[in-house]
Amino acid sequence: MASVTLKGIKKSYGVTEVIKGVDLTIADGEFTVFVGPSGCGKSTLLRMIAGLEDISAGTLSIGEQVVNDLPPKDRRIAMVFQSYAIFPHMTVRENVAFGLTIAGAPKEEKDAKVAEAARILQMEHLLDRRPSQLSGGQRQRVAIGRAIVRKPAVFLFDEPLSNLDAALRVDMRMELSKLHADLKATMIYVTHDQVEAMTLADKIVVLNAGIVQQVGSPLELYHQPANLFVAGFIGSPKMNFIEVTAARSEDGRAIVSATDTGPISAPVRTSVSAGQKLTLGIRPHHLALTADGPIAGNVRLIERLGHETIISAALPSGYEIVAALAGDVGLTLGQPVRLAPETSELHLFDASGVAV
Amino acid sequence: MAGPAIFLIGLFVVVPFLFAIGLSFTDQRLVTPNPTQFVGASNYNQLLGLNLLPLEPERDAAGQIVRDEAGAAKYPAVRSFTRKNPDYPQYDGMREWFSVGVGDTQWVVLARDVVFMTALVNTFIFVLVVAPLQGGLALGLALLINQKLRGINVFRAIYFMPVVVSIVVVSLLWRFIYDGNSGLLNNLLKSLTFGAFPSVEWLGQPETALGAIIVMSVWQAVGFHMVIWLSGLQTISPTLYEAASIEGASKWQVFRYVTWPGLRNTAVLVLVVITMQAFGLFSQIDVMTKGGPLDSTQTIVFQAVQRGYGKQDISGGSTISVILFVLVLSISLIQRWLTREKR
Repeated sequence: MASVTLKGIKKSYGVTEVIKGVDLTIADGEFTVFVGPSGCGKSTLLRMIAGLEDISAGTLSIGEQVVNDLPPKDRRIAMVFQSYAIFPHMTVRENVAFGLTIAGAPKEEKDAKVAEAARILQMEHLLDRRPSQLSGGQRQRVAIGRAIVRKPAVFLFDEPLSNLDAALRVDMRMELSKLHADLKATMIYVTHDQVEAMTLADKIVVLNAGIVQQVGSPLELYHQPANLFVAGFIGSPKMNFIEVTAARSEDGRAIVSATDTGPISAPVRTSVSAGQKLTLGIRPHHLALTADGPIAGNVRLIERLGHETIISAALPSGYEIVAALAGDVGLTLGQPVRLAPETSELHLFDASGVAV
Repeated sequence: MAGPAIFLIGLFVVVPFLFAIGLSFTDQRLVTPNPTQFVGASNYNQLLGLNLLPLEPERDAAGQIVRDEAGAAKYPAVRSFTRKNPDYPQYDGMREWFSVGVGDTQWVVLARDVVFMTALVNTFIFVLVVAPLQGGLALGLALLINQKLRGINVFRAIYFMPVVVSIVVVSLLWRFIYDGNSGLLNNLLKSLTFGAFPSVEWLGQPETALGAIIVMSVWQAVGFHMVIWLSGLQTISPTLYEAASIEGASKWQVFRYVTWPGLRNTAVLVLVVITMQAFGLFSQIDVMTKGGPLDSTQTIVFQAVQRGYGKQDISGGSTISVILFVLVLSISLIQRWLTREKR
């Protein structure tokens, strides 16, 4: 068990900088998720922690120890790969015991540790099979088993569920959550799927273009996104953004309006000046149908999911706003609707995209 | 669509193949006024006939072994058994291949065709040395050049170069290298040992001729197999290496647990291809030694060509080809069985 500390971590390939200075502290036993779009550097960052990529600048510590120059095996880490990386010619038992075989451990120790890992992952019946006889989920279980046997201080997961089908992904997600509760180990998990991030993490690190956008608990990120990127990335369906102008601000709230909407009152954390150009963020789930709502449009798309109805409505300017309405709402295409936002759940961002 | 291809394969592969099998049971010659006759398996007997002759030492009237001044026992001449001796019709026309002394008795192995037997043994020696040597060397080179280094393609090209040069040209060049007077190899050894190394006629002595041809053959084709190994190496997923490095595997352990198992299919292919190519050893012999000196570099294919065209004995040449075919087929099957995936 150990904490992980990153100080000014940078990675560059020649002149191209892919990680542009990351400072981060991951507490002992914490489940941290790196999330971001493809190419944001999240996998590179994880591979640098693992020791598979050199660190161009900065210091990386696991526990009290600076590990920049240690080979992967001495960093007390275990890694689970997206492609499983289990050895095709070995049985499950041999795969799980691989690290022990390499270290020359006696047979009794191997058997005991493999049995323990198999019990935790409920795969005792698979031990004598070969990887080619396993399903994707079972293969990933073997890979996790191999990680458990190492008794690492830090578990590293590189998009471990991306190769699984949707239903299995949900199951494995729950199992990983349970595994974390059982082992109480520090885990770092990389994904591009914000749902995985929201459900698994104690702490989410949102990355974009090699820069940390925001670090916080899932709900912090959901309710107080630090900037436009985080606001747009976290939450599904995606947050609506409307260009607005501030009319006035009072008591921690600002009255804003746009060509498309009537005046809307939104909370502000800092302050805005009258006439300032802002971006108003409204989550689809925070919109409701009302007779006198400030936002008027025509229904362009209806998706009925049973428990909710997602509609897209075209505003006069042509911008399509998405609303997730609770329950089954009787609407038809082309019908004019009026929507009212929940005023306590609105977000305002300044011209540079930072939340105000 | 496949019509022309099937026709050509039929004309140049299947038909000659069937012809060879058919002709091996006749007395067909290349040019002859006599009609061809079916002779059964006599061609095979002629080539493969072996017999064992126990030679008792000569004894005097008292039953004592006759010895010469040096104390060596005196044996009757083998010729007296194999030349029109009505008591031993089974030995008639055979020649001594080699003999082994057990106690006083000298066991003489007689062969109906000693040259063919020599060719058979030489070919087997060639295969047994070349297959592991060439395969292993090619794997070593492949591991060396399977790295992301600047200019690594230059090395790949250099190692592959001998493969694209005709084997006849390579053989001619190596004749200069092996030359007994001012050959490159002799000069090199001389300058390395400051003149202490005596000049060797590498291709002109029975002891060194086959070895010289083995070295040259390994060098010529090693690049080809290196490329096959390289393609095998590049099919192994890099994440497997990463997983192994996280588990702390040493270089040797990585090779043993990741690389080598991942190369299993490539290994079977390389082994079978080298074996088959080695059994077909001909061009080097034809250009460099013509089977000599003293039949020390005779090989099966060289014999087949010599008999079929040199001596115009088409049926003899065909028989050798059929024997070679059966040999290679059975060895390939054995190799496949030995290297099968064990479940």
